[in-house]
Parts: sequence; structure tokens; C-alpha cells
Amino acid sequence: MTRATRLRIALATLVLLAAVPLAFPGYPTTLATETLIFATLAMSIDILAGFAGRTPLCHGAIFGVSTYVVLYYVTVANGDPWVGAALGVAAATLTAMVFALLAVRTSGVYFLLVTLALGMVVWGVCLRWTSVTGGENGIRGTVRPAWLGDARVLYYFTLAATGAMAAAMWRFVRSPFGLTLAGIRESETRMRALGYDVPLHLFLGFAVSGFFAGMAGVLYAFFNSFVSPSTVGLAQSVEALLMAIVGGIGTLFGGLVGAAIIIALENLVSAYTERWMMALGLLFVFTMIFAPSGVLGRVRQALAGNGKPRT
Amino acid sequence: MDRRNFIKAAGAVAAAATGPGYIPGATAQGGPIRIGLLAPLTGVVASGGKEMVEGFNLYWNQHGHKVAGREIQVTVEDDASNPNTALEKARRLVEQGNVHMLIGDLLANTGLAVAEYVKGNGVPYFIPIIAADDLTQRKRIPNVVRIAGYAASQMPRPLADWLYKKKGIRKVVTVSQDYTFGHEQCGGFVQTFSELGGKVVGQYWHPLNTQDFSPYLAQIQDAKPDIVYAMETGADGTRFIQQWANFGMKGKMPLCGSMNLTDQSIIRNLGAESEGILSAAHFCEGNDAPATQKFVADYEKAYQKLPSLYGFSMYSGAMWLAAAIEAVKGSVEDRPKFLEAVRKVVLTDSPLGRPVRLDDYGEPVYDVFIREVKKRPDGKYWNVPLEVYPNVSQFWHYKPEEYMKQPPYSRSFQGIKG
Repeated sequence: MTRATRLRIALATLVLLAAVPLAFPGYPTTLATETLIFATLAMSIDILAGFAGRTPLCHGAIFGVSTYVVLYYVTVANGDPWVGAALGVAAATLTAMVFALLAVRTSGVYFLLVTLALGMVVWGVCLRWTSVTGGENGIRGTVRPAWLGDARVLYYFTLAATGAMAAAMWRFVRSPFGLTLAGIRESETRMRALGYDVPLHLFLGFAVSGFFAGMAGVLYAFFNSFVSPSTVGLAQSVEALLMAIVGGIGTLFGGLVGAAIIIALENLVSAYTERWMMALGLLFVFTMIFAPSGVLGRVRQALAGNGKPRT
Repeated sequence: MDRRNFIKAAGAVAAAATGPGYIPGATAQGGPIRIGLLAPLTGVVASGGKEMVEGFNLYWNQHGHKVAGREIQVTVEDDASNPNTALEKARRLVEQGNVHMLIGDLLANTGLAVAEYVKGNGVPYFIPIIAADDLTQRKRIPNVVRIAGYAASQMPRPLADWLYKKKGIRKVVTVSQDYTFGHEQCGGFVQTFSELGGKVVGQYWHPLNTQDFSPYLAQIQDAKPDIVYAMETGADGTRFIQQWANFGMKGKMPLCGSMNLTDQSIIRNLGAESEGILSAAHFCEGNDAPATQKFVADYEKAYQKLPSLYGFSMYSGAMWLAAAIEAVKGSVEDRPKFLEAVRKVVLTDSPLGRPVRLDDYGEPVYDVFIREVKKRPDGKYWNVPLEVYPNVSQFWHYKPEEYMKQPPYSRSFQGIKG
């Protein structure tokens, strides 16, 4: 794919997304805002799952830590929202670093389980540390700056932020450093033999992934005005991971596709039945059978005519 | 390559467009009044959520879906017992369904999330079930009103007063689920009790979903209180009452509790174990007021069970809304006027059995019953009134401004004096 084509795709996507509030004002715009936020989270997961070959189950927690910090700093400590945002991202990155220290030497199902356990620790802390986190009632309060009050403005702000972060993540995974992560995914021993410090690279990859998850967490705080332990819970981590998987692991932008599909489906199906979880379950089963590399991965395969998705 | 561009772009459009269709805001007077009902139909408190819907629907089914010449349209959404889902559903009801008002939610965290959302847009939100103290105290929101609901710390106060003054109880222990709702109920109880001069000799907090109460029951026996105050909801409540009886404590030590402990949602699944437990509440299914008995009979006929807290609160809430809608002649679009009408309603002839009005903070002032669980002639157990405390406000005998200076109840602050 040439540089010009890539730029054109990016521009076309941006223009289309920018048209959403004009074409579908009201509730769909709110949904689209949510989609963009979760797309960022799913993409941050893809850095680890798709490029470094380590599937994490703790990103809901990292994301939620940032949301908690922003809401706490702005509503309880009466701080400035932007300082709160910076602190939120810092806290998320720090959490990711601690998680990374404990998890990078494992791989496969062990990595999955270690990160799952670490995520549950955060959930437990948020649930029990009532004086700070408000326990199961969580923290509420409008934290976004006044000029972001309008749903449409908030959407464009989120779009700009998500666009910038997606570009940054794209640049990151295609950088020489990002390629070493892909190298680790393909063969850890060979990378070691080539003289790369594998744990260090994974640690840095994890931290960067946590940084972007934290950015998504800040946006979520602005959007939701509320955080409770269910935001840092396992279900959140799983849902975000499934968004990355449905969209296509290792495609990065699959995160956007996956988030859009899942959020749209949740809303469409739940309007008709309270058993909408079943529809989601079926979707995952069919994705795994017919498009194990995700929607975007499948499309790319079909276009490229070979069996392997591009990374 | 261009084909790839196209597909990707098309995918993005399709994704963006899959959101449900937008209904333009047609709010012409004379159309139906749209009420969004949020209830947990799935998740940990789903059984309570179903009863909420039953209670709310029963009223409209009985009275025809029409008030002041306008049709009443109720849209039910499942909040999944999860605050984020509740928030999402509230957004959908308001932004897409264009509802005129929201009502419902069961768990405090779901209610708090929705309250924060309506704070920003002024949509009236009614909470007959959400008991979080601060929603009508320190952090009240003008358009969030607790019609036919209660503040957690409101009901245990008259119980504490009655036990101290009428029963000569001097030493209590509390046992409670370790979360805000429990902290608030126990706080109300022990603060009132200790201010009268009673002693709190122990407070035990256990996690939600405790399977085995034996460690707590053993400690309670050692503390030798005059009575035990238990604050339990859901399956914990059932287990607590069963294990209390299995331990042989029933009959040896008096047991009282929050209104949830002896709510029909719990005792209808129990037998003689629940007999004799004391509690305080604004409703007694065994109260012989005609309106109460008619409601209980209707509810039993419609759903083959005695009404629980969820059923009667939502039924009374519907009644309250109908009265307010009637008062503004159906013009619910004028929100300040409608909310004013809601605040002015004095509900008589409701299942609650006694007249109810709101205080200045959007919280009902009730005549509170001291209740005891007794056996009905047909073998079912229900709560019957022993005594009535008139005009119990959420602030008890305190001045509201003074009261709200003390911190909210928590595990570390229970307001115990001495």
C-alpha cells in the first residue's frame, strides 16, 4: 500500500466519521462518541495482542484507573480537568508499567491469567477503598470543560483525539521498535539470539499500550461523567478485547470496526430482547469460525488473495 | 488498492449507520406521555427488577393507560444491574425515545449514574427504589425526586426509638452487608439508638454474597446484646434468617432488621424461620387499611404472590405520577411546572395506607410502621403493624442544615454517640 493510498483511506474515514453528527444527530452521535472511545481502547489492546503476541485481560482496569483518577481529581479534589487528564494518563501508564513488570516474562495462557488477576486486583481496590473510590457507588460529576458540553462538540473532540491517537499507534507499530515487538511475537528465542532484550521491549510495548488505554479512559471520563467498579471489571476488559478480536487482531484499525459492530449490535438487539448477550455470543462464535482474523483481517485477506493478514 | 479504500470506507459508513434510526423530536402536546422505566431485568438483582415492572404496570393496567386525556406510554429498558448499562439505556430513552421522564433503577450505583446524567439535561427522574441518602440530602438534584421511595437511614430511626423506649432494649449489635446501603441503614439505627443512651456493643460487616454466617453468629452470641439489628438484602437475607434459625438463635435472642430483611421478596420463600422479626417501614402488607388490602389482593391475583418493596413502591410511584400529571392537565413538557406539581402531591389512598407528602428536599415524609412478621391464616407470612410513628422525615428530629453538616454514613462514620 503506498503512502498516498493510506493517506486517502485515512482521510476518507475521517470525513465519513465527521459527517456522523450532521447525518445522525441525537442519540446515534452519542453512540458514535462511545464507539470512538472504545475503538481507542481496542486499538491499544491490539498493540499487545496483535503485534507483540501477548493477549492481555487487564486493559479495562488500566482504562478505568485513568477514568477514576480524572473523576476523583476534578470532582473530589476540585482540580482542573486538563491536569486531571494528564494525571489520569500518568496513572494508567504507571499501572501498566507495574503490570508489565509482573507479566512480561510469561506468555500465552499464563500471560492471559496473570493480567486477568492483576486487573481483578484493581477492581477489588476500587470496590473496597470506599473513602477514595466511593465503593460500588463510584464517583460521579461532570468533569469535561464547559466548552465540550454540547454532544456534537464532544464528538468532534473525541474524533480528533482518536484520530491523532490512531495515527500515533499506527506510527508506533510500524516503527523499528514496533517491528521488534512483531519479531517477539514470531519467535522470542530468535529475537533473543539477535541480541534484543525481549522483556524490556515487551515492558515498553506494554507501557505504550497502557498510555493509549489511559487516553481512552480520560475521554470516557469526559463522556460518561461517572465511574464505578464495573468500568474496571473483568467484563470491561473482555469486551474491549473482543472488540479488537472481532475487528481483527493485528490490524490495529480493526479496533474501530470491532467497537462499531459490538456497540451497534448491543444497542440494536437490546431494543428487542433482554437476551442480547446471546446475540453477542453468537457473533463471537461465527467470527471465530468464519473470520478468525476478524472482520478487517478477513477483508484484507480477501483483497490480497493470500492467507496471511498484513500487519 | 482503490477497491480496498472503498470497502474500508463503506465499512466505516455501515458501522456508523447501524445505530438505531433517529426519531425527530416530535413533542406536540396531546400526543402520548412517554415514560422510560429502567429496571434490572438481567444480572444480580433481576428478580427485584421484574417485580418493579410488575408493580408499575399493574397501576396502569388497572387505571387505563390514560391520564388527563393523554395516553401513557411506558418503555421498559433493562439496566442489567450495571451502572454503565443503566447510563446507556437512560441516554437512549431520553435522546432517542424522547421520553418525558425517567423512573426506576434498583441498585444505588445505577441510580446515581442516571441521576448524574439527568443533572445535565433536566429530564425529571423518579427513584422509588434507590435509597442512597445523599440523592435527597447533600448532593440533591432538583429534577431527581424520590416519589414513594425512602432514604436508607430514614426507616431504622423510629425502630431504634421504639426499641429503646418501648421494649427497654439497651445493648445492640448490628450485622450488615458491607456496602453503602448497609452503612447508611446501620448508621441511622445506631446513631438514634446511641443518642438515646443505648450502647452499640458490636458492628459486623460482611461481604455481599456471604454463604456462611457462622463466624458472625458466634461473635454475636459472645457480645450478648439485647437485640440484633440485621441489614441484609437478596439471597444474603434468606441465608441469614435460615442460619439464624439453624443456629438455634431464633427464640433465644430477638432479631430486628432493615425493611429489606423481612420484605416479601425474602420471606415469601421462607417459612416459620422469619416469624417474629421486627422492622420499620412505610408499608405493611398486613396493614388492614382498605387501600392496602385492596392492593395486596389485586397484586396477589395478578402475579400469584404478595407484593414486595419493589412492587408496592413502583405501584405507588405510578400513582404519584398520575396525580401530578392530572394536576398539570397533562402538560408534562413544562418541566418546572410538572416537577412543582410532583412536589405538591399529597398521596392519599395509596397502598402505603397513610398520607404521604414530600419535604423540601424531594424525599417523602412518612408515617412509619413498626412491623412484625406474622403468619396469615392461609399459612403465608407477612408484616403486620405494631405501632405507627407519624411524620418521619429523612432528617428525623434534627435540623436539616445541621444534619447535613455531618459526613455521610460509612463504615468508619456511624454517628455513634458516647
